[in-house]
Amino acid sequence: MSKHMTRKATRHVNQNEGLIFEKSSPGKAAWKLPPLDVPEVDASKLLGSSERKNLGQMPEVSEIEIIRHFTRMSTWNYAIDLGMYPLGSCTMKYNPRVNEVVSRLDGIANGHPYQPEKISQGALRIIKTLSDCLTEITGMDAITLQPAAGAHGELTGLLMVRAFHDSKGKPRKKVLIPDSAHGTNPATAAMVGYAIENLKSNSSGIVDTGMLEAQMTEDVAALMLTNPNTLGVFEQEIHKIADILHAKGGLLYMDGANMNALVGKVRPGDFGVDLMHLNLHKTFSTPHGGGGPGSGPVAIKKFFEPFLPKPVLKSKPDGTLGFDYERPQSIGRVRSFYGNFGMFVRALAYILANGPDGLRQTTEDAVLNANYIRKGLEGTYELPYQSPSMHEVVFSDKLQAEKGVRTMDVAKRLIDYGFHPYTTAFPLIVPGAMMIEPTESESKEELDLFVEAMQSIAQEVEEDAELVRSAPHSTRVSRLDETAAARNPILRWKPTTE
Amino acid sequence: MAKSQKLIMRYLPKSPADREAMLKSMGARSIDDLFKSIPAEYRLNRDLKVPRQMAESEIVDWFRERSRENGDGHATFLGAGAYHHYRPVIIDSLISRGEFLTAYTPYQAEISQGTLQSIFEFQTMICELTGMEVANASMYDGSTAAAEAVMMAVRLTGRRSVVVARSVHPEYREVLATYAFHQGMPLATLPFTESGRLDANAVDKAITSDTACVLVQSPNFFGTIEDIEALAEIAHRKGAMLVVSIAEAVSLGIVEPPRSADIIAMEAQSFGVPMTFGGPYCGVIATREAYVRQMPGRLVGQTTDRNGKRGFVLTLATREQHIRREKATSNICTNQALIALMANIFMTIYGKVGLRELARQNLAKTAYAAQQFGRHASVLFAGAPRFNEFVVRTSEDPHAINSRLLGHKIVGGFPLKKFYPELGNASLWCCTELTTRSMIDTAVGVVAESEGSEHSAADESSVEEVAN
Amino acid sequence: MPFPADYKYTKEHEWLKADGKSATIGITSYAQDSLGDIVFVDLPKVGAELAAGKTFGSVESVKAVSDLYAPASGTVTEVNGELATAPEKINKDAHNAWMIKIALKNPGDLNSLLSAADYEKFVAEEGGH
Repeated sequence: MSKHMTRKATRHVNQNEGLIFEKSSPGKAAWKLPPLDVPEVDASKLLGSSERKNLGQMPEVSEIEIIRHFTRMSTWNYAIDLGMYPLGSCTMKYNPRVNEVVSRLDGIANGHPYQPEKISQGALRIIKTLSDCLTEITGMDAITLQPAAGAHGELTGLLMVRAFHDSKGKPRKKVLIPDSAHGTNPATAAMVGYAIENLKSNSSGIVDTGMLEAQMTEDVAALMLTNPNTLGVFEQEIHKIADILHAKGGLLYMDGANMNALVGKVRPGDFGVDLMHLNLHKTFSTPHGGGGPGSGPVAIKKFFEPFLPKPVLKSKPDGTLGFDYERPQSIGRVRSFYGNFGMFVRALAYILANGPDGLRQTTEDAVLNANYIRKGLEGTYELPYQSPSMHEVVFSDKLQAEKGVRTMDVAKRLIDYGFHPYTTAFPLIVPGAMMIEPTESESKEELDLFVEAMQSIAQEVEEDAELVRSAPHSTRVSRLDETAAARNPILRWKPTTE
Repeated sequence: MAKSQKLIMRYLPKSPADREAMLKSMGARSIDDLFKSIPAEYRLNRDLKVPRQMAESEIVDWFRERSRENGDGHATFLGAGAYHHYRPVIIDSLISRGEFLTAYTPYQAEISQGTLQSIFEFQTMICELTGMEVANASMYDGSTAAAEAVMMAVRLTGRRSVVVARSVHPEYREVLATYAFHQGMPLATLPFTESGRLDANAVDKAITSDTACVLVQSPNFFGTIEDIEALAEIAHRKGAMLVVSIAEAVSLGIVEPPRSADIIAMEAQSFGVPMTFGGPYCGVIATREAYVRQMPGRLVGQTTDRNGKRGFVLTLATREQHIRREKATSNICTNQALIALMANIFMTIYGKVGLRELARQNLAKTAYAAQQFGRHASVLFAGAPRFNEFVVRTSEDPHAINSRLLGHKIVGGFPLKKFYPELGNASLWCCTELTTRSMIDTAVGVVAESEGSEHSAADESSVEEVAN
Repeated sequence: MPFPADYKYTKEHEWLKADGKSATIGITSYAQDSLGDIVFVDLPKVGAELAAGKTFGSVESVKAVSDLYAPASGTVTEVNGELATAPEKINKDAHNAWMIKIALKNPGDLNSLLSAADYEKFVAEEGGH
């Protein structure tokens, strides 16, 4: 084992727990229903051949077993509540608990999407207030909250791009996507039926305006841009980029994943963006929950308004709010009902807890933290691009690769130090990437521990490379056989016949 | 600089001294140095026009007002894709644990076994309930799950067009139309009959050699259970797939799942997810093992670590956007993991016996309500079995009836004119285990008054007979 | 890394062994090494038409997918069923783990392929990335 102390984490007795089916036994129950206040029914008479008699291997367990089952399993997870996630472009910030409380208030939690407008004014006012805040923050004119996640927002945005070009009688065939882009960008473009053309980044890691000029034709519907980009670098020529696109009738779509570097300091609508999506589960503190839910509102400039998904919120003459379904040019719906309303509540609570000063300070702290880490690790890890970093910084494993240690190995060793790994092997333009975004939620102490851990690992690479290559060493399970999992997928539990 | 000295932001773990020390160590004079890369002409030099910062108590008060303005304390007869079931309290106790609530996607398996194992259990239970061989770890909701399932069928069959039943949730069909339009997938719509079910002959006629799949919902939008066997036989005979959408998951407790379907796209909201004015919910796709590589969404698989210990990992990732990019099965990245965890805990709590009992209570409440309503107004689609929803046609516009019901703090059935104008003054009513007899009797009373007939005491012994 | 002298090669790392009017196709040991553990191979059906230079399937490892490019035009006559259940055969012995056999449409296609020596040089220049 390493002689370096790991100050952030220590090993401890940790509970084991099997699958719930392995605990199941007939006669155990965690449920009890009140007696029926209406006549009993004979299900076979009512349903006939549609009646189900058997629920197979569904478990039968007691309440305490369920509490212990999930509580034990929860202790095997890392989480923001335990420490920093340096994951690039994920913005793993604190998930405020007041958000959880207000989303559980009766009228909100038990509001049915089809209840009459008269008793939906609370929900509609939440939607309106959040919409107004987000359009102000982005510098755009209008917004839809319907998309359920960032990728869904991208889909919605591109559908509106398509509708816009169709309305001009000039449908276009392709979308430009920088090679530094997140995978959802090309996947989304393909779903909307666009061909994808790759846009190479220049030697500073940002858009090469010369290449853009060359590739920009009347066949290009839009450029999908992330700003700051996935290297954490602000596209300084953004207005030139917008101009090149607009000159040939193209549109600038911005992936808002990195808004945490911009809120309160600059607004995409002011620098030429035509439409963009936001990730409420990134910038606006809604919890990641192990993979979701998210919410991906799409903010637009005025000329996109006719194409918004329906329904659209409207203010009525009597001052009440309602939904407008009379939208003949709408792209239609991208999901049922109005979006992930529960996440609107949380995002709005976050905005209210901050106010304008809080939002700005948050952004400043996020950028300060990323640069602090950059300063701390410069020289220890290779910095492939010298451009100034905003809220995230990308290093590479070039120096460590000389000893046969790659980014994934360093990431796994970081686990032994009590941290979650950073983003490995992305963006694609940096081979062996280490993409680090601390967010504003990290104290100086946590950042120092992180820098210390990364420096210690770098030293371990010099002294005992194998230790790093075979990490992690302190987890419940060691590296898992992903090859076997993919060759012979076992995707559900089955009872053993013995 | 002075302003931020006075600012108290409870979520930021830095003192002004910390900030100064950090800036100094980086050789920066002020935070503005770090924002130099933003061209000066764009930098905001004013405050954002958002509401002023609020104290926690003010935030709670603000939302409490909104809750009051949103029908808190009302009982509901609404269903139509969002269902009001009891949520056992330990669901929130458990999902509120920070290790579940604030955990990231389980890409780093060694420190995500809690999330991964619970998803594996979720996948297993969905398979058990739906009769399918594999299930994914969630889509956004039932509507997008249905659209993605249809696109899956298109990829698997190599055919382009789709036949959709009109008794599929209207908003699901709208979403499908949006997705389909840009993929060049022609959609044909199938009418429902007087029984509430699809006409098998109409289905047969509608399927061509270019039909990738038939999409039906069961129980359908009206609560009627379709004859899945018959529909599957017709579709398969003509080389098309059968995709079945399930909006009311609790039905799986007592209604045979569509085992002969090729793909099931369900909404798991009924399993312990609050209605929350329309989302977040939890879509799921379940299908046969042979189709797994065309299935979108995350999948958790079982494997072993270097010491032979059992563990779980995200697998078959090459279907997904972060690897396959433009050739991915879908662009989905963030899913509904925490919501799926709620559903997981709910299914675990009720389990093999409880889910059936729960469904039986839903059936009983609905049967009683339908029978009572039927004494004063017309209950449609009586020719086929139903689960927990039914359609009532009244002489008066249901909006007016519902207005009066609101005075009793009861939200009445969903008026159908908007989606099915041919049904006239019809509305869709849902009864779950939370619907009380007194609620039903009150609603029936209001309808009875409207219809101008006498409201008599319930007949205890009669149960509605249904012809098969 | 010895590459069989009687095979021909493409720059996308496929190999082709000609046998009169038919040919056998697979991927090289260099390709399988770059991919890592192969978990799945997506191959066309018998009867499918291949066009030289166009994709005809893909190879998947845990974290990556690589398209397969047809070295020559032709019709698929046989598909190696073993790879469906044991894709690791490619990792173990890439030059013998054949994927498909085709009836060559245009024997002239073979002229644009690389010899073993040329391929070896090409791989050395690509330099182990």
